[in-house]
Amino acid sequence: MAERQANSSQRQMILPFVDQPGGLLKALHALQNASPAHFLAPSDLKLVAEVFGVPEAKVWGTATFYSLYSTSPRGRHIIRVCESAPCYVVGAMDILKVLEETLDVKPGETTGDGRFTLEVASCLGVCGVAPALMVDLDVHGNLTRDRLNAILAEYA
Amino acid sequence: MNLFRSHVLVCAGAGCVSSGCLATEEALVDEIAKLGLDREIKVIETGCIGTCDLGPVLVVYPEGIFYRNVTADDAREVANEHLLKGRIVQRLLYRDPLTSQIVQTYGEMEFFSRQLRIALRNTGVINPEVIEEYIARDGYEALACALTTMSGEQVIATIKESGLRGRGGAGFPTGLKWQFTAQAHSDVKYVVCNADEGDPGAFMDRSILEGDPHAVIEAMAIAGYAVGASAGYVYVRAEYPLAVKRLQHAINQARDYGFIGDNIFGTGFRFDLEIRVGAGAFVCGEETALIASIEGRRGEPRPRPPYPAAKGLWGKPTLLNNVETFANICPIILHGAQWYARIGTEKSKGTKVFAVAGNINNTGLVEVPMGMTLRQLVFDVCGGIPGGKEFKAAQAGGPSGGF
Ligand SMILES: Cc1cc2nc3c(=O)[nH]c(=O)nc-3n(C[C@H](O)[C@H](O)[C@H](O)COP(=O)(O)O)c2cc1C
Ligand code: FES
Repeated sequence: MAERQANSSQRQMILPFVDQPGGLLKALHALQNASPAHFLAPSDLKLVAEVFGVPEAKVWGTATFYSLYSTSPRGRHIIRVCESAPCYVVGAMDILKVLEETLDVKPGETTGDGRFTLEVASCLGVCGVAPALMVDLDVHGNLTRDRLNAILAEYA
Repeated sequence: MNLFRSHVLVCAGAGCVSSGCLATEEALVDEIAKLGLDREIKVIETGCIGTCDLGPVLVVYPEGIFYRNVTADDAREVANEHLLKGRIVQRLLYRDPLTSQIVQTYGEMEFFSRQLRIALRNTGVINPEVIEEYIARDGYEALACALTTMSGEQVIATIKESGLRGRGGAGFPTGLKWQFTAQAHSDVKYVVCNADEGDPGAFMDRSILEGDPHAVIEAMAIAGYAVGASAGYVYVRAEYPLAVKRLQHAINQARDYGFIGDNIFGTGFRFDLEIRVGAGAFVCGEETALIASIEGRRGEPRPRPPYPAAKGLWGKPTLLNNVETFANICPIILHGAQWYARIGTEKSKGTKVFAVAGNINNTGLVEVPMGMTLRQLVFDVCGGIPGGKEFKAAQAGGPSGGF
């Protein structure tokens, strides 16, 4: 029953996109943003296929093409460490290593308490304050080993 | 209306936000109110001023005093000392990395005085969330001028004569692209702005969208008029949430003012815009992949021809330009093709915005005339290399560029 209710509220959420040209990606965005574990569950993709009237395989193909969509559950907060050249040359890998040690995860993994998922990303467009990372939608720059703990503490 | 004796600009580009400028601004506004100065002093949040490594940054006008690395406590000191008592806070001033001299004002800093800002004319100067500030700096005048005094052909001729070339990488002559799209036969056409900016090290387009979103909206409307399109899309990468927020706000304001929507300036011309947010795929910066992504599909490039000008979004003729390309359009319409064509070199007209990062004294955003040498850019504008070290290597244009 609970599942069916969730399903119907998700259906409501994506219905407005059906008539919008190219609305499929918007539907995927909306579903993932609404997911507490920041991912697209098989049931989400099935729903999109049904509502948009396209094959499920096509929805999977689209969702897995884009790196911002995840088809497996993630933590409450997603840390994305920039590893592009301008960040790399000023120590991005050290930052990543500190995070791996502090959180005891490798990139792509989620902490045991479900609080953080660690990911690497390419340029976040704030190279002027490299090295940089994003936690959810917040950008943090000029990272140092010492600042990392304070940053993590902002996210419960 | 209040007449303010002083304005304080607070840079709120994504770089400065990441350095904590919002807390700085809050402390400043709070202290100004405590001192009872809030009717005399106005705090304005701007887009990227350009000096990312010096953030948070304050510029106090009318003198143009430039403060760098301003913490919340520093901001309270600026309010008490400078704004209340008129004493400049020396320790927060900028020191020229080459001469070690203190430089008090924005205008005296080589980083700014050597720039020529066309695409960045408003970035770091106005509050991007207040359309009136854009209008006060000739905003939407180019659109009014194009719609009421020029034909679509005349607009295209002006862009062609200016010599403007695409800033998205390929350098294709912009006027010619507009002409091809205008000549394509179709009732439905589209204008698309490429704000995917995937090249590592690049943040020009982000800074323009965050700092002066109306410049892009106005230019896209002009492009729509010139090529015969009434709908536009801005494709912004998902990593730029602040740009998406400010652009959406600007689109709503422009719609309220009637600068986009139906019957613009009573001319019967209609044009409206929508944002599409990317989903993390570098290849979507390529134009055919970007179009596929707007259509809601996998962002896979397809062979050209047909070019988007003939067959683009949903198979319709589509004009696709980069953010910075669009940001040059309004000044060209207002000041004329000849004005623009006098800037730059024989083959490349105008200016180019550079995002400067790495081991260099002043990282950030600069706009200089085409033809400036790398030496001038690194040493004269950006203050050279830390510790007076020798220059080793620079990579221009991201991984798709060259050394
Ligand atoms: C792999 C690849 C990535 C690209 N990325 C971008 C980009 O991030 N931003 C951009 O404006 N153009 C990018 N381009 C160029 C676009 O395909 C297109 O030429 C450009 O947006 C056209 O605008 P312009 O004429 O104003 O330069 C890319 C091209 C390729 C092949
Ligand atoms: S390279 Fe890391 S933010 Fe651009």
